[in-house]
Amino acid sequence: MKAIYNSQSLRITDHYEVSLRNKLFLATLFALSLGFIANFTASAQGPTPTDDEVNRIAKQLYCPVCESTPLDVCPTEACRQWRDLIRTMLSDGKSEAEIKQYFVEQYGARVLAEPPNRLVAYLVPAVAILLGALLLFRGFRMWMKPSITEAGAVKPDAKPSQDPYVARLEEELKKRK
Amino acid sequence: MTESSIVAPRRGVPIWAQIIIWVFLVGLLAIVAAGLRRAQQGTVQPGQVIKNFTLPLYSGYDLGGKSEIHLEDLRGKVVVINFWASWCKPCEQEAAEMQQAWTEYEPTGKVVFLGVDYVDTEPEARVYLKKFGITYTNGPDLATRISQYFRIKGVPETYFVDQDGVLQYVQIGPFTSIDQIRAQIDPLLKQRD
Repeated sequence: MKAIYNSQSLRITDHYEVSLRNKLFLATLFALSLGFIANFTASAQGPTPTDDEVNRIAKQLYCPVCESTPLDVCPTEACRQWRDLIRTMLSDGKSEAEIKQYFVEQYGARVLAEPPNRLVAYLVPAVAILLGALLLFRGFRMWMKPSITEAGAVKPDAKPSQDPYVARLEEELKKRK
Repeated sequence: MTESSIVAPRRGVPIWAQIIIWVFLVGLLAIVAAGLRRAQQGTVQPGQVIKNFTLPLYSGYDLGGKSEIHLEDLRGKVVVINFWASWCKPCEQEAAEMQQAWTEYEPTGKVVFLGVDYVDTEPEARVYLKKFGITYTNGPDLATRISQYFRIKGVPETYFVDQDGVLQYVQIGPFTSIDQIRAQIDPLLKQRD
């Protein structure tokens, strides 16, 4: 009986060991599967972006709620959400341009730190200022040197007048000097 | 003086240039004045007809299966336009009251609630809507066009538009009780009964 018991006991132990081995095998397989899935998901999403990567884009954006504060340093909850969204989009493989475009579509062009059409935005004021300066300069020059005609003067190198009356008048004036 | 002794008059700034300068200056002043006026104007005022706008809707928060809604399609109904955001703590104070009011008025078919989500992210907005069990129509204020039109000063703000599209009341800040909401909607419904 004891022997039987022992043999049963052995069998039970064997069965237990086999069962334990199977469980270990299954657990290992499960863990490997999870690792594979996690790795696959991670490779599909890309590595988690660093704060620097997020802030590189964030500092080019301004939240309309906190005007004059760049997104990378803005402490409000709204801006934190925006930074989280940038991080998520970077994880999804979106480019900087795509992320900025998304923000413009969602919140308007005013979220951009720099205007979208830089050439026009920078060129027009510069041209306007130059044109204004030129016109002012010309205007001031005219003002400082009024027309000689308006002042009633004659050319210094003008020939003596042929009009006898004028010639006589000029002579009289010379004598008085 | 003879003609030969006269120096030809110098030409000043040409007239066309003067016109351009003056137009430019007047335009610049007009823009600055408009900006100042707008800044001091406050929100749109009661009595004003609210112009049509389009609100794209979050899926699951649509109205009759439509993915976007036009205000002019809601003529004949009282429209309650509520500006909110998930990051806005005062909005949370009125969220339950707004939903309760919607539950009361929805069966009448005479009132529409529009939640306009201001400068928000959709995942956070959805968390907020779920947290407070909000079921009425909601969507993002794309490019902040709607809030710019209403010239909102912050969130929450609620605008009550009557059946003819005329703004009747503006609530700045959160409602503290459902009675405050009823007090604005009921008279508008009664005047049509």
